[in-house]
Amino acid sequence: MIAEKRISLARIEKINADSIDDSLKAGAYNGLKKALTMNPEEMIEKFEKSGLRGRGGAGFPTGLKQKFTRSSCLDCEKYIICNADEGEPGTFKDRVIMERDPHMLIEGMIIAAYVIGASRGFIYIRGEYQRSIEVLQKAIEDSNKNGFLGENVLGSGFNFNLELRLGAGSYLCGEELTLLESLEGKRGYPRIKPPFPAQKGLWESPTLINNVETFSHLPAILNEGLDWYTSLGTEESKGTKIFTITGRVQKPGFYEMEMGCTLRELLFDIAGGMKDGYEFKGALLGGAAGTFVDESFLDIPLAYETLKARGATLGSGAILVLDQETDMPSLLHNLMDFFKHESCGKCVPCRVGTTMLTEMAAKLKNEPELIHKMTKEAHYMAETSLCPLGQSPILPLKSYREYYS
Amino acid sequence: MKYEAGLQKDRAEKKSLIIEHLHSLQDANPKQFLSEDDLKKCAKEFNLTMAEVYGIASYYSMFSLKPRGKYIIRLCKSSVCHMMGAENMASKIESLCKTKFGNTSANDLFTLEYAECLGQCEKAPAMMINKNVHGSLNPESLEKIIENLKKENA
Repeated sequence: MIAEKRISLARIEKINADSIDDSLKAGAYNGLKKALTMNPEEMIEKFEKSGLRGRGGAGFPTGLKQKFTRSSCLDCEKYIICNADEGEPGTFKDRVIMERDPHMLIEGMIIAAYVIGASRGFIYIRGEYQRSIEVLQKAIEDSNKNGFLGENVLGSGFNFNLELRLGAGSYLCGEELTLLESLEGKRGYPRIKPPFPAQKGLWESPTLINNVETFSHLPAILNEGLDWYTSLGTEESKGTKIFTITGRVQKPGFYEMEMGCTLRELLFDIAGGMKDGYEFKGALLGGAAGTFVDESFLDIPLAYETLKARGATLGSGAILVLDQETDMPSLLHNLMDFFKHESCGKCVPCRVGTTMLTEMAAKLKNEPELIHKMTKEAHYMAETSLCPLGQSPILPLKSYREYYS
Repeated sequence: MKYEAGLQKDRAEKKSLIIEHLHSLQDANPKQFLSEDDLKKCAKEFNLTMAEVYGIASYYSMFSLKPRGKYIIRLCKSSVCHMMGAENMASKIESLCKTKFGNTSANDLFTLEYAECLGQCEKAPAMMINKNVHGSLNPESLEKIIENLKKENA
């Protein structure tokens, strides 16, 4: 039977998150020590070859992002930012890492900073994650005291300062360009791209932005080596991924699995199957900005390429399991209402469109044919909105139309 | 010219602390909101206009521009909690706290707000009361939590 494979979460049950000594005994910062003996270019090549892709949802190759940011300028100031504004409905993987092994994230960030030549970094964390904020504050202090952060990291001559910045309740600020606006102390309005953050990010300087889970893979790649890492996962999706499985299942929670495991394995072997009296009907993969799937997806490997081939998305790894009692029109209405609430209003098609979609979704139960009109409107929105929020409603709508109407 | 660029950079960097500053002003306000005075203080601190500060404070849902009660109950209404019965919890909370969502109870004890995904989905339905998370809610556990708070403040 399939079992969990832990990289990001390798230490969580062995350590007290508030104790750096615990983490050190369990191997924290060994990857950093290795990194400091290596050449940054050589490391970027390693991360490129590892096949690691961004775990926040978009799946952009991590090594390539590092390369773009590093090569953007050689001696100018560069920044590194951790996107810890986890807000995709059904997703809580980053919270688990931050609350239970903060040094995994910090180590990953220092490695990435060394690789791209950044001397300052920020963790932009959502304001609601109180426990994560407290744990990280202490971890950053401890890491400074132990010489992993600050001036002259471990005597290497490399300087790196890391600070926390709080969000204040905006889903949109999890989008990387909007995050930059918020981090600069402004309203969370998206920026026009290009330029991409690798060219002009925070305060117009080249900036590398990665998700918490992405950073947390870097130490293991250096410690265990490329062969080990690339042996995990599928052809185009290497390594592991944390899935958060919710709904009426026996053991809802977070599970770190090798990429390419199937939904059937995850749901029935790992999460204990459905609760008594409930039948599996399908799932919403990737949160609100995700896609609905039906029973035919049970045996499809959960990986970027296999899901893409079927028009679905892995997204953040959120899996909301649907059962025979799930009120589908009401769930869709809930998703549309979410987008309406979180739309910033900058682009008219998104501001008006999310309101229209919410109104139509409210009538969907009695007028099921409205789904066609909704999909059409969402398509226009996707074409004419600046950021991923306006481009997202089409994803659940199209897949809902395909499998649930 | 060079010192001017440096000055501009310092100002920009300082501004990145404005959300933190608003959080701390709100936390320090006994009514858990940003009063006009708070916004004025912030504008002075960061050398910004009131309009700019208001623009920022009104954008983020964790900031309130009207006074709130001692306990801010933020019930998650996003998809997972919705599916796991958040709506029933909402009506139960309203009857226990004797006020409606979006309002503060007459005794200034409870303010009821909806929140989008709080990231506590394995314990859905979930809510926060001030900075504490409460999950796996059901009518009985809700009643216990809220009645306890009432007793502490009787």
